[in-house]
Amino acid sequence: MSDTAIDRIARATPPPVAKRLSGLSDRAIAWLFVTPSIVLLLAINIFPLIWTVRLSFTNFRVNRPNEVPEFVGLRNYARILTDGDIWLTMQATAHFLLWTIALQVLIGFSLAYLINKKFRGNDLWTTIIVLPMMLSPAVVGNFWTFLYQPQIGLFNYVVSFFTGIDPSAFSMIGDVSLAPWAIIIVDTWMWTPFVMLICLAGLRSIPDSIYEAAECDRASKWRQFWTITIPLVLPFLMLAILFRGIENFKMFDLVVQLTGGGPGSVTELTSINLKREAFEKWRTGYASAYAVILFVTVFGLASIYVKALNKVKER
Amino acid sequence: MTSAFLKSTVAAGALIWASLSGAGAAKAEDLTLCWAAWDPANALVELSKDFEAKSGHKMKFEFVPWPNFADRMLNELNSGGKLCDLMIGDSQWIGGAAENGQYVKLNDFFAKEGIKMEDFIPATVVGYAEWPKNSPNYWALPAFGDVVGWTYRKDWFSRPELQAEFKTKYGRDLAVPKTFAELKDIAEFFQGRDIDGKKVYGAAIYTERGSEGITMGAMDVLYSFGFQYENPDKPYDLEGFVNSAQSIAGLEYYKALYDCCTPPGSSDTYMSENIDAYKSGQVALQMNFAFIWPGIHADANVGGDKSGYFPNPAGPDGKQFAQLGGQGISVVAASSKQDAALEYIKWFAQPEIQNKWWSLGGYSALRSVVEDPGFATSQPYAQTFLDSMAIVKDFWAEPSYASLLQASQKRFHDYVVAGQGTAKEAMDGLVKDWTEVFEDEGKI
Repeated sequence: MSDTAIDRIARATPPPVAKRLSGLSDRAIAWLFVTPSIVLLLAINIFPLIWTVRLSFTNFRVNRPNEVPEFVGLRNYARILTDGDIWLTMQATAHFLLWTIALQVLIGFSLAYLINKKFRGNDLWTTIIVLPMMLSPAVVGNFWTFLYQPQIGLFNYVVSFFTGIDPSAFSMIGDVSLAPWAIIIVDTWMWTPFVMLICLAGLRSIPDSIYEAAECDRASKWRQFWTITIPLVLPFLMLAILFRGIENFKMFDLVVQLTGGGPGSVTELTSINLKREAFEKWRTGYASAYAVILFVTVFGLASIYVKALNKVKER
Repeated sequence: MTSAFLKSTVAAGALIWASLSGAGAAKAEDLTLCWAAWDPANALVELSKDFEAKSGHKMKFEFVPWPNFADRMLNELNSGGKLCDLMIGDSQWIGGAAENGQYVKLNDFFAKEGIKMEDFIPATVVGYAEWPKNSPNYWALPAFGDVVGWTYRKDWFSRPELQAEFKTKYGRDLAVPKTFAELKDIAEFFQGRDIDGKKVYGAAIYTERGSEGITMGAMDVLYSFGFQYENPDKPYDLEGFVNSAQSIAGLEYYKALYDCCTPPGSSDTYMSENIDAYKSGQVALQMNFAFIWPGIHADANVGGDKSGYFPNPAGPDGKQFAQLGGQGISVVAASSKQDAALEYIKWFAQPEIQNKWWSLGGYSALRSVVEDPGFATSQPYAQTFLDSMAIVKDFWAEPSYASLLQASQKRFHDYVVAGQGTAKEAMDGLVKDWTEVFEDEGKI
């Protein structure tokens, strides 16, 4: 047989990788597969976090490449924690969080409870209800901006129809007292379906046999609801609150689209304020300290919450 | 053999290098020009076809809507991105772009090509090209002259029944206002009025919170009331100037105008919202940059004789100023096609190109164009443009302009739109914010 090109390539090709790996332990192979993920995680999560903490002690500005950043110690932290305006954005964020979570849990659970009942068109209603959460927040913000328009907005006309108030007499996103509620309404409209789906999963995970046993014991529907449904759905509800809490703490796009943080600064949430510091004022060091404070806050609260959630699950 | 290979490689390399460097200026490039997405940008695309034909370079354009323009483009400059070879950046960016090495200094180029800054409207040279201000250091060529002025419904103003009613009420003719007090009277007169079966309103003014809108609007008024950025004898000395009694009165006026005479839901309006309000026949008066005038004049509903234009009225003491808009064109320092970009600027600076620029709807800043005897009558808004450009003032062009701007956006919106605090508190707060920025900068 002549020495063909294929033979030459075959001879030059290294032995199969699998053959070379055959001598490795399971642990070594596991590390081999996990290492790229760990490297990636370090590169895109941990390293920026450490870098941010480092920058938070400097007066670095990313738009001043010619300037040498100075170490300023805790000055950035001290400024943030004593800045009245930042505390106001914290208050606005807390107000937004509290109300959106309360409304979304209440309405989401109620909808899930209703949808869980067997009735005709049940699946169709589920699909219709979950539609808002499939839309982009920017689109939703734009869409509701038109709905809230005093002169042409449908929302004002609906309110006018029920209350008799002139539709052009009030502006949901232009009035200081109404603007926070305008955002809460839209966020609730958009994300209640998410809570509903989680609650629905919880409700459907409860075996019918528990209710049948309760029926045999002649427990009332009300008692069944409080002693079976609520305790068994509670871990799911808490999970929904955790997801929505973290998401709403970071809320940005919807609010920017709807109010831009206004009128004045009443809807300027921490995420918007942080963005202004970092990418409009270009105070990178200061914004890094701000981000670290927010990170510690969210991480701390979430950790406490997760512990509570685990205790509920263990019961 | 190795030696022959080395020789031939060196020879080929030298040939390639010689051809690249020697013919650099003549090599056809793809140039990208970055600007805001608005009507003048479309005119520039049309104008640039001439440059493409003459130079062989191909022009590409990156236009970003105004609300995101600064965010997008400053990110590009700060990151040393190579997207833009030419940047028509906002006037406030000049200080930062110059100090941070983001724009190419053009002094040598101007000297070599015989481009003289004396040939341009002085206010545009100071506003769009110089850093430090009033020093012969040029970072841009004045590209688009712009200024805040007013558009009004000439057809409504000329209605006999409205004329008569106005005269009875105010004791003077319903005409172009000469002072801000008169402007407010007119706005109040039209507010909530029924015209041709439709409810109309007084004035569309700037109230936008996110970028620079309310600052441009409020400053436009404050200048004529007596606002000054700093002590003329002591730079960065703000106390008593920014928060002078006149400045406070100016801000109170702006809030009063917002409260009395704007259409419902005007809490976050800037250029495009005001254009919409005016073109849809909602308002009698519109505050806006002059760039909109060609579009208004050509509009089927409110164009032609239906609209008129006037410069910013005077304040209580007769002072009359207007907020400068507009931009200069710069070569981005990170660009690898600087020679071709400079070629574009050389082409753009030519008087015949500037004439064509004006005819296409771009506001030329070249004196030979605007001082031409036929200019003032070439368009119904041309004289107003000239009058307005003669009274301009500009916002801080400091490297820290963004922090200064964000502070004024917040203070003005909190008071004017949200109704929080007093005008004095707002202006005192602004002094505090701006002083802190300058202290951080080491300026004071």
